This record gives sequence, C-alpha cells and structure tokens, in this order.
Amino acid sequence: MTGEQSGAYVGLGGWTPESLPVEGELRAVVSAPNPVLSRAGGVVDPTSEETVRLAADLVATMRVSPGCVGLAAPQIGVDAQVFAVDVTGHPKAVTVHGTFVLCNARVVEATRWKPGREGCMSVPDLTGDVKRASRLVVEGDLPGSGTSVRLVTDGFEARALQHEIDHCAGLLFLDRVAGAHAVYQRKVYL
Amino acid sequence: MNELAITVIGRDRPGIVADVAEVLARLGANLTDSTMTRLRGHFAMTLICTGPAAAEVEAALAPLAAEGQLLATVREVTPDGQVPPAGEPYVMAVHGSDRMGIVAAMTRVLVDAGGNVTDLSTRLAGSLYVVLAEVELPAGVAGTLVDRLDRTAAELGVEVTLRPADPDLL
Repeated sequence: MTGEQSGAYVGLGGWTPESLPVEGELRAVVSAPNPVLSRAGGVVDPTSEETVRLAADLVATMRVSPGCVGLAAPQIGVDAQVFAVDVTGHPKAVTVHGTFVLCNARVVEATRWKPGREGCMSVPDLTGDVKRASRLVVEGDLPGSGTSVRLVTDGFEARALQHEIDHCAGLLFLDRVAGAHAVYQRKVYL
Repeated sequence: MNELAITVIGRDRPGIVADVAEVLARLGANLTDSTMTRLRGHFAMTLICTGPAAAEVEAALAPLAAEGQLLATVREVTPDGQVPPAGEPYVMAVHGSDRMGIVAAMTRVLVDAGGNVTDLSTRLAGSLYVVLAEVELPAGVAGTLVDRLDRTAAELGVEVTLRPADPDLL
C-alpha cells in the first residue's frame, strides 16, 4: 500500500533505495549517552550529494543490523533529519511501504494512541513502555529527487516512524516512557 | 569496589530521596539500579550502590534515621550474581477481592512452570487487590500456564491475565 495523495504531497511513487546513485557504506551505530542522540538534527537539503550518501549509508547499515526496522542519522553520529525505515515482514506490521528514507519528516496527524514496549539499537540494554499513535500521517522529502511525500500508515510502521522522527528531534524512547516503572532491563538480544 | 544493597523506609514526606541521595553522593557512593516508591504512606527505597564501605554509609545515614522517621539498612553484596537464563517476557495481572495468599498462590504457579519473577508490585485499594508481575517464562510454556493460572485464580476468586511483553525493537 502506498500513501494517499494530498495537495502538493504524493506517496513514495515507487521510490526505492536502489534509485540512489551511490552505494551505501556501513557505519558504526552509536549508543546513549552519546550526546549526538540528544541533539535535534538539522534540516537537510534532500537533493544534496551529502544527504544522498547519508541516505544510502542508513539503508546499508539498517540492512545488516539484525532485527533493525529503522535507523536515524543521529544513530550513526550525524545530527541531521534523515532516517530509513523498513518493516517488511514484521508480524505486527499492517500497512507496509517497504524500504524508504525520509528527510525533514514531520508528523501531521496522529490518532489512536496505543501503549507498546520498545527497544532501540542505541539503548541496547533497556526497553520501555511508550504510547504511540497507531494511525499516522507523515510528510517529508525523498532523498535524491527531493520530492515531498505524504505517507498514511498505521500499526507497527507508524510506531517505527514516530521512533525515528523522535531520533531526528534528539529524543529517545526514554524521553517518552509511561512512568517511573516503565523502563526494563532488556533480556533478549537479537 | 564494594557493592552495597541499601534499603530506606519511612513515613513519606517531601525530600526523602534528596536527603538520602545527597548523603550517598557526599560519600562518593554511586547509585546504580534502584527502585523507590510510596507504599501506603511509607516511602520505600531499595538501592544498589558502589563505592564506600557499608559501615561508612550506615554511619552517614544514621542522622537521618536518628529522628525515628527513617529506617535504613546497608549491607555488602556480591557484584554481578549468577543471572538465570533469559526467558520470554510476560506480564501477569491479577485483580479481585482482597484475601490472604493471592501473591503466594499465583507466584507459586509461575515458579512451578519454570518462571522467574523479575518485578512485582501490589496495590490494595478498598477491597480491591491488584498484582502486576513481570515474569520470564521458558519457551513454549505460556499456553499451558494460562490454564493453571486460571484454575488457581478461580479458586481464589480473582481474575488473571497473562500477556506477552516482548519489546518491538526499532
């Protein structure tokens, strides 16, 4: 399923990471308390060579990381508003847009909030209960073409998008946990 | 480096956490894992600290305890004890009319299935009793465990649910 068309915004329009003109390189994933994870990322030019390379690196690194369904630029040490997501095949996913990268993304509609337990590659030893919208509309720009897109999604993909958009704003799931007893030692590693 | 298990409990008042944490910080005791919560008007703190000797911490906390408002205990523990193998994470929720033995009976069912309770809290509100437990279970036992929990809950006249608490890794 692809996002609905609305105004100047369109869905992914068949965008795939293979359309990026560069080969992604594997980057080291940083962990909290690295300060880059707590800094709001800057707005990027989605058409710049630097952003395109960053997008390719995010996809490449996400793909080799076991169980990883999303990776944001701050997680590879870059304070920029760029992230990759791919929830394909995840048992909790309903709407799936495949692998994509968004720049300068923002949530424009968020409804049907539901609690869920989250973990993060950058906080490897803890998990936490976080409420996220299960119906979500997000707008952002595709790397390379710079096309503005609007994605309508739900369920697990919506949760992943909110988690990654938070990373781009310098927020971790720890900033949103439900209460003093809602953080847990992580016991199972992929 | 010494690892200390510290408990502090006393009539709740604003400032208990700051008072105790200041004493520990002044001694160079590093507060690692802790849980602190209000239990029926009492404030209870259970802390693991690393740093100074137990006697030193006990002596430093004594003035707080001397007012008779706080009871503090400090003892040295072995760092990084044997951790049981990780299981599948679940949350057990129990609620119903208060009666003797609910926690005992329900946790015994968990243990008999090979479960390991890693966090548990109870609340009594009027006649309503609530138990919430984080439990790790061996793979594949949850299905049959639900039946056993249901039977025990029925005997106690309470309701029980067992749900997976596996995190979504993002």
